[in-house]
Amino acid sequence: MNMKNGTIPIICREVVVIGGGPAGLAAAIAAREAGCGDVLLIERDRILGGILNQCIHDGFGLHTFGEALSGPEYADRYISKFRDLQIEAMEETIVLSLSRDRVIEVSTRGTFQRIEAGAVILAMGCRERTRGAISIPGSRPSGVYTAGAAQNFMNLENIMVGKKACILGSGDIGLIMARRMTLEGATVEAVFEILPYSSGLPRNIQQCLNDYGIPLHLNTTVTGIVGTGRLEGIRVAQVGQDKAPIPETERFVPCDTLLLSVGLIPENELTREAGVDMDAVTGGAVVDDSFMTNVPGIFACGNVLHVHDLVDWVSVEAGEAGKYAACYVQNGSCALPCLIPVKPGDGVRYTLPRKVSGERDFVISLRVAAPWRDRSIVVRSGEREVARRKHMRLHPAEMIRIDLRKESVTGCSSLEVVVE
Amino acid sequence: MALEYDVVVIGGGVVGGAVARELSRFAVKAAVLEKEMDVGFGTSCRNSGVLHAGFNYAPGSLRARLDVRGNAMMDDICRDLKVKIKRIGKLTVALDKEDEATLHRLKEQGDANGVPGLELIGKDRMQQIQPGVEGSLALYSPTSSIISPYGLTIGLAENALANGVDFHLGQQVASITSLAGGGWVLGTKAGETFTAKVIINASGLFSAEICRLAGISDYVIYPCRGEYYVLDKRLDGTLKALIYPAPKKNAPGLGIHLTPTVDGNILIGPSAEYLNASEDHSCTADVMKELRREGQELLPEIRMTDYIRNFSGIRPKQTPPEVGGNKDFVIEDRKDVSGFINLLGIESPGLTCAPAIAEMVRGMVERHIPLHPDPSFNPVRPGSTFFFSELPAEERVSMIADNPNYGEIICRCEKITKQEILDAITNPLGARTLVSIKYRARASMGRCQGGFCVPRITRILRDEFGWAPEDFIKRSTASPLFAGNVRSVKGGGVR
Repeated sequence: MNMKNGTIPIICREVVVIGGGPAGLAAAIAAREAGCGDVLLIERDRILGGILNQCIHDGFGLHTFGEALSGPEYADRYISKFRDLQIEAMEETIVLSLSRDRVIEVSTRGTFQRIEAGAVILAMGCRERTRGAISIPGSRPSGVYTAGAAQNFMNLENIMVGKKACILGSGDIGLIMARRMTLEGATVEAVFEILPYSSGLPRNIQQCLNDYGIPLHLNTTVTGIVGTGRLEGIRVAQVGQDKAPIPETERFVPCDTLLLSVGLIPENELTREAGVDMDAVTGGAVVDDSFMTNVPGIFACGNVLHVHDLVDWVSVEAGEAGKYAACYVQNGSCALPCLIPVKPGDGVRYTLPRKVSGERDFVISLRVAAPWRDRSIVVRSGEREVARRKHMRLHPAEMIRIDLRKESVTGCSSLEVVVE
Repeated sequence: MALEYDVVVIGGGVVGGAVARELSRFAVKAAVLEKEMDVGFGTSCRNSGVLHAGFNYAPGSLRARLDVRGNAMMDDICRDLKVKIKRIGKLTVALDKEDEATLHRLKEQGDANGVPGLELIGKDRMQQIQPGVEGSLALYSPTSSIISPYGLTIGLAENALANGVDFHLGQQVASITSLAGGGWVLGTKAGETFTAKVIINASGLFSAEICRLAGISDYVIYPCRGEYYVLDKRLDGTLKALIYPAPKKNAPGLGIHLTPTVDGNILIGPSAEYLNASEDHSCTADVMKELRREGQELLPEIRMTDYIRNFSGIRPKQTPPEVGGNKDFVIEDRKDVSGFINLLGIESPGLTCAPAIAEMVRGMVERHIPLHPDPSFNPVRPGSTFFFSELPAEERVSMIADNPNYGEIICRCEKITKQEILDAITNPLGARTLVSIKYRARASMGRCQGGFCVPRITRILRDEFGWAPEDFIKRSTASPLFAGNVRSVKGGGVR
């Protein structure tokens, strides 16, 4: 191909997976195993594995492999399989655009090309919410980082971001970083959480904060960032029920570093560009029970679809998406008419998928809206109870999955999921 | 040893840069002293990025004359310096009878000022220009435009540098002494000494302080902060033109409004709040809330996830809060203090006026020292100062084939390539801060705010430029990014 004259090279692939993290790897493997011989995975980093590469703590893979792996170890299980299956990967390649008819423009060192895909699996993951996104007032010193960026600097670049840190937000990355910074000799003053409960997993609260004597202040937020050059400290205040800071509780906490662990945003700019319908609650695409979006041949899975708590579930979900994408290119379509809507009811923040065919087994993923004890998750169709799962404790930090057999929804015209 | 110059410009903002570039057309030894580590770190890169048409200023005022002239000069300047400009025009909108009267008055004033193409237009034309805009009447000003304030400020400075002007960054003037036989000695906080036949005070917020160092105590600057929100590019294209409310009497600014930027974002702001300190670029909870409220009212499509950043800029006002409004620029060749050209109170529309101010200053300098044209002057800024992602695909393909660095994307939100990052790192002014890279390449200005690209830029600086963790600074040596390595690395080569 001659690029000197400005002709854009075009290649064709049956299934193209965008993103080489846990979702992309599992999706590509599943598509290959479902018989699709022409799978291409596009990854923007130098190596496959995505965010797992900087997660050097353990606890990954308990469900899938029955052992506690580190992030890179978990990734390696899939990368090895990916390599064994001789699936094609383009590393250090960024997708610049995606069209509704599945033409992908990619840029890499030395090449710019178009890829025409039979099916596309979106597996781009998510990005971190920043200071700007949550509008923290104050000056603009250095020393304010998102927790994931700080983790990248520490674990991949051997760079210490600061010596005396506070953390806003008790999401899992923030908790992990509290421990990580402590282990490397920094002082972590406290973790502040605006909600009345932590948004991280209970095991991380115990293992990353309690075990190191790091206090977690609930109902508390950062009201100001102070410092002209480097961060000199933060102002924190308790919040009322309306989440507004209570002025008389405001105090100053000296520190040189503030890490933000205040939520993840699915990276769906390409998805929107392709004309895919979005779900306002999850921030991801609306998909059916084959993980296909409203745009035929475009599938989504993993954190770009909805933010997961455990990587194991990302892999499982992506495997399904990969299987259906392969089916789509082999048979022209795998979608069954999805006429049964699935709706979140009382106590449920969202359900995924939002519609099912009822003609194959499926899983409803959901998150509850608040922490509860001794409740049940109930799937209903009108007056009829389709499924009931008892939970000793329910927590918004945890994603819940309900496996349903197609027989259980025969004759249902709609499904609603509630906490009782 | 003092460094000797014919002319020393104090301040590397857009005005200082424009003056420096104008002087570089002549065989004169000139320097710019800038207290920050880069040009444009003050008000010049902290504003709406708007070129004003010139109808808001009283006929005969400096602002009226310089704005119309400056605006007309910008097409050539932006072409030569490769600065992004979009001539999108502006609707100043009336919501009631009082506003309508204001617009009629502004139209007459603008015509008197020589503003080209002004029109009072009714609802139909307004809807054609900006569907959905409210209001009964609007003043349409086709020369109102948007520009990259970073591009302009840096472009002027780099072109001045290329044509022989010295830039001394990190040099804050601490003393100014007049010499018996004429001329000046300037001492800086860093201990350097400079001599000059003529000083040009272009120090923005600090212009009254610089005056006092030279023995002039006539002026007070009242810093007045304007806060902004930056919105995600998702909303790019929503605004077809600049839309401003009709100005209210004695307001310190033009009112909170939405401004599209040349890069595709939208700004909400600016507020107006008088400060005690000249350098407090904080954003405050109350103003942020107010901006969100007003933004939502003006553009209901704004979602929570569209807010990507806040910033503030500070206007160097000559009018105290109890007076309000604003005063004409001071541009004077002091008679009592010979060889001191004073540019003071250059607030809005200073960005638009800068090149016209520079022409005026050149005339003043000429009274003190002869200015002979330098035949080697080249108005064109060399190098690739475009944004690669905005080029047509075919052109990008050829360029990537020639230079693989154009294929490597470092900032995924703004689609900035490695070559553009390298160009920013090796900028001719020698500015070596993270903000310098951001202002030049746009990296980290997008929705992830550097979460993705800053680690990658860090890797380039370490691996290809040999930076140690302590070399990384945000704006100055007082704002280090890192606290060393996590673990010491033995044996070298391994990291």
